[in-house]
Amino acid sequence: MNNTTNKNTKFQRFLASDFFYHFKRDKLAIISSIIFLILILLAILSPLVAPYNPYDLQILDIMDSELPPVWQQGGDPRFLLGTDDQGRDLWSTILYGMRVSLMIGILAVLLQGVIGITIGLVAGYVGGRTDNLLMRIADVQLSFSTLMVAIIILAIVQSAFGSDAFNQWAMVILILIIGLAEWPQIARTVRSSVLAEKEKEYVDAAKVMGFSPIRIMFKHILPNCLSPIFVISTVQIANAIITEASLSFLGLGMPVTEPSLGSLISIGKQYLFSGSWWITLIPGAFLILLVIVINLLGDFLRDTFNPKLYKD
Amino acid sequence: MSLLEIENLTIEFPNRHGTEVAVDKVSLSVNAGEILGLVGESGAGKSTIGNGIVQLLSKPGRVAAGKVTLNGEVISGLQGESIRKIRGSKIGFIFQDPMTSLNPLFTIENQMVETIINCLGVSYKEALERSIELLTKVGIPEPEVRIKQYPHQFSGGMRQRVVIAIALSGEPDLIIADEPTTALDVSVQDQILKLIQDLCTDLQVGCILVTHDMGVIANVTNRVAVLYRGKLVEIGETKDVLGNPQHPYTQSLISAVPLAGKKVDRFPLVETIESIESGLKSIDVTTHWLGQSSQHHNTDDLLIIKDLNLSFLTQDAFFKKNRKRLQATDNVSFSVKQGESFGLVGESGSGKSTIARMIAGLQQPDSGSIVYDGVELINNPDKEKVKSVRQRLQMIFQNPYSSLNSRMKIKDIIAEPILYHHLAKTNEVEGIVGDLLDHVGLGRKSGVKYPHEFSGGQRQRISIARALATRPRLLICDEPTSALDVSVQAQILNLLKDLQDELGLTMLFISHDLPVIRQMCDRVAIMRQGKILELQQTEDLFEHPKDKYTRELLDLMPRFDDLTHDLNANSHV
Repeated sequence: MNNTTNKNTKFQRFLASDFFYHFKRDKLAIISSIIFLILILLAILSPLVAPYNPYDLQILDIMDSELPPVWQQGGDPRFLLGTDDQGRDLWSTILYGMRVSLMIGILAVLLQGVIGITIGLVAGYVGGRTDNLLMRIADVQLSFSTLMVAIIILAIVQSAFGSDAFNQWAMVILILIIGLAEWPQIARTVRSSVLAEKEKEYVDAAKVMGFSPIRIMFKHILPNCLSPIFVISTVQIANAIITEASLSFLGLGMPVTEPSLGSLISIGKQYLFSGSWWITLIPGAFLILLVIVINLLGDFLRDTFNPKLYKD
Repeated sequence: MSLLEIENLTIEFPNRHGTEVAVDKVSLSVNAGEILGLVGESGAGKSTIGNGIVQLLSKPGRVAAGKVTLNGEVISGLQGESIRKIRGSKIGFIFQDPMTSLNPLFTIENQMVETIINCLGVSYKEALERSIELLTKVGIPEPEVRIKQYPHQFSGGMRQRVVIAIALSGEPDLIIADEPTTALDVSVQDQILKLIQDLCTDLQVGCILVTHDMGVIANVTNRVAVLYRGKLVEIGETKDVLGNPQHPYTQSLISAVPLAGKKVDRFPLVETIESIESGLKSIDVTTHWLGQSSQHHNTDDLLIIKDLNLSFLTQDAFFKKNRKRLQATDNVSFSVKQGESFGLVGESGSGKSTIARMIAGLQQPDSGSIVYDGVELINNPDKEKVKSVRQRLQMIFQNPYSSLNSRMKIKDIIAEPILYHHLAKTNEVEGIVGDLLDHVGLGRKSGVKYPHEFSGGQRQRISIARALATRPRLLICDEPTSALDVSVQAQILNLLKDLQDELGLTMLFISHDLPVIRQMCDRVAIMRQGKILELQQTEDLFEHPKDKYTRELLDLMPRFDDLTHDLNANSHV
């Protein structure tokens, strides 16, 4: 009891927490989070870190196109990982592309979160017909594959507004589509934890105190449901990044001028058999690394937040 | 020589904050045919001793030191196969919850015969015969038929009998019974304890009975060992220990047990158990915010309940006539006078909690009326009026571990209703919260902590402080102490009594525990299957019960006081 008094700052309390204790003992989690942090930093700081700006068309030289990485024969020391078909430095393009991928992933999951949490809370707390209605909507939504919905909407938008307008708004549209298509995942998780929480007596106590349902839902129940939301959000970010990459690979995602990891892989596809494997494989490796690391962190969070799994 | 000897048994649970010693150098012995009671509060290490003997400690617990000898053979430190042989064949185990200690996927025959073949190495036929014999012995009617059935076809008491039969099937020398009757109703508890007692004398089996219930200890054990925080504080013949306790802890533990036979004003000697903060600022209720209630009606009956009905749908169907309903409350009427303590008693499923929930507004009745402080609460069109009246009606819940929001600080939990209903000026709230915390014996400094940093009793104090924050006049206590140890229960009951005296609170006290009711209530209603069977002054009800069911309940109540009182009388002579 006495030594808790000098552990007052939030950081010190974090260092003493069970969460950090388990984290220190999990090598996989440490390695994953280090890689994840490096990737995030590189992505955020890409304008500073990257040797070239791949969006700047003026510095592109078509003579530099399809150069292999430096360790290959014919590599150019200016381009560490080689260049793509337009002569863009692949390393810089990957950094910028990762930024696009992460941004779409995170913002899409935020959107999913807002919709999913609200609907899940209301369905779980109110119950009865409202619950039935909302969850059936979620079931219907889930019975369409995300990719299918996305492809149809993207195709319609592209043909309706023309590809110029589409290219301009591609990122926003992708975020909206992925966010709207995947909310049932979060809504279901939230609903099931709300169902468990609302039976607890603190909710009854709040009702007897005369608090409004909105206050009980958001102030009392929601904070107690945060850990599963946190866990599923991590996994959903990885999923969103993959979805975006798949759409871009199919040519329905980010435009060539503003490539994400997926569109880079797609660009390289046609050069794969002519020997320029790096345009596809190197961005592909980064994509895999990013997704694996996020998934591993999600697994770690799930194990730590679930007290039923005993860890010594 | 005795059957089981335990010498200096020490059991540790190492964790990252250090090593927690759960059992500290305990030495005791059990003779054949004798029942030794292990009594203590939660966390005293009584179950851990039982598990430690047969090395069933959950990780990371370990036996750090000490020697356990069974029939002259050292069994501590045995590994793997050899300890497994001892369990089952030499030591039988009876667990707390009969609902979960049998495998629901196998018939009783599967489970018993398997154990017998494993332990005794006999043929299937012999094992089957022996199983039937054992089931007869533990009092299962028609054992040849019942042995083919699955656990869900047995009632709780019957299942516990089967568990006992399985524990006996390896012809053990020692039985460890870990709270064998805690999950059962009183009437069944009585039979199971008698059964264990008879079997121990008949078969000359030693028994360690782990329990927290002093009534059980007084009724069935020959000797008793009292544990306190892992240490053995007292051991001896049951009547000596209970009648003339030597150790101060045993004394306070015994004084904390609510007596069924007479009413005392306060529980004495309980302050040593969970120390409450001393030197707290006491508040003068007459001038303090807490004592100033905005409106005062001087109605005689604060709460009037008339013809309250509620039924639950137990089986839904498309057609109305096929739907099955359970009448949870059946035309219940009673009234609670200003300032009194009204008790509602009944077994589980009698509808007593449902009534509390309806009064608190957590459930809507099908029909009937609830009038509180002169205002009808059911179907009243004046919603604002109902809302303002309801504020002065608060509830304390059974489970202190789930009744507080674990993500909020204590001071925020208590301040929330005051701020939400604008009951005090914002700049005064912090002071009021501090005063409330002082008043329930926690101290204002504890406001910055989170609920998980408190024990069960302390959390119940927080619940009480929160309920007081809306300045209620009626406090509904739904089994407020049934999740707590007796000594902590005594402290909470003392606190409730004090608050009632100071603030003139009216209380609706719901419990299944008759001795507690006797200590707390002025009038009592006995409930069964949604009906009120009898409503009387407490003293009259306990001395001259009119209804047959009431008499039955009173007879089955574990009589702890009779024994000690006789003994007290004897020791004084």
